[in-house]
Amino acid sequence: MSVTAETHDPDAPTAAIDRAPHSEHGPADGHATSTGLSNEKLGMWVFLGSECLLFGGLISTFLLLRSREVEDMRGPEVADLYDIPFTSVSSFVLLMSSLTMVLALAAIQRGDQQRLRAWLVTTALLGSTFVAGQVYEFTAFLREGLGFTTNLQSSAFFVLTGFHGVHVTIGIVMLMSLVVMSARGSLTRQRAETVEIAGLYWHFVDVVWIIIFTVVYLIR
Amino acid sequence: MSTETTEEAHREGHEPDATHDATHDHPSDGKYIQIALILAALTAAEVATFYVEDSLGSLLVPILLSMMVVKFFIVAAWFMHLRFDSNLFTRLFLSGLLLATGVYLIFLLTFEFF
Repeated sequence: MSVTAETHDPDAPTAAIDRAPHSEHGPADGHATSTGLSNEKLGMWVFLGSECLLFGGLISTFLLLRSREVEDMRGPEVADLYDIPFTSVSSFVLLMSSLTMVLALAAIQRGDQQRLRAWLVTTALLGSTFVAGQVYEFTAFLREGLGFTTNLQSSAFFVLTGFHGVHVTIGIVMLMSLVVMSARGSLTRQRAETVEIAGLYWHFVDVVWIIIFTVVYLIR
Repeated sequence: MSTETTEEAHREGHEPDATHDATHDHPSDGKYIQIALILAALTAAEVATFYVEDSLGSLLVPILLSMMVVKFFIVAAWFMHLRFDSNLFTRLFLSGLLLATGVYLIFLLTFEFF
């Protein structure tokens, strides 16, 4: 909730309110808030905290189902079909997209619209490459006879990595929206926080993959 | 962002600085590239363990988990700017992270995963 100095109770402590527009970490548009921080950014961090629970549930369910020995299990085991060199390249691509994302933020903070768009498009392309790699991996698994309903661990695997892929895809849509906004001139330096918030989401998707790559692919 | 890059942007005729907070204390592009190189090296080390997993034996899991945690916190601290932003953001994120870790460790313990 945004609280302005004018509407605030005069008897209540006002130091944080008065400081907010000038706070070094305050909202970029200069509106005072009750915390002295940007509500949008605060909201994104709360959302990312809740996302930890979503992905934590998916990862632990996969680990549990993978560890279970099932008699007469249908189809191959997921771990037998991993292509680690291929997934390593995909992981590296996603990791580097975090670099290009942060460079896009640095560009808009300098007011450099051209570089902002270039880095945003590069980030989206790297993200698309990652998603394409995931689609290829899923297709390869299907060719080997491992589908979504083949066995419990395959269901858990496809749900986990599929959910992550959907998150990356949503991130790509966000990035391309920012490119369009920048091209139309509505993403000014004063609105750098919009890019920062989209960046937080993108980096979160990256850190989730850091965990998935280690826990699901490398530790078997 | 460094003062150097800000001055460079002004020389190139970009928009004037109207968002002091947005540019405060953030690292330079060069620093971000250094961080990315560290992350790339850690990823390469992780992948290398795949080829020597037999020789690592029981050390494999602790080594991989350690590198994962280091990568996670490097991205969160530098790329997500938790190092430079308000502690409240760190506390909010850690709350979710620690709650998830606790809940799902109990979940896995309950089902005798370990």
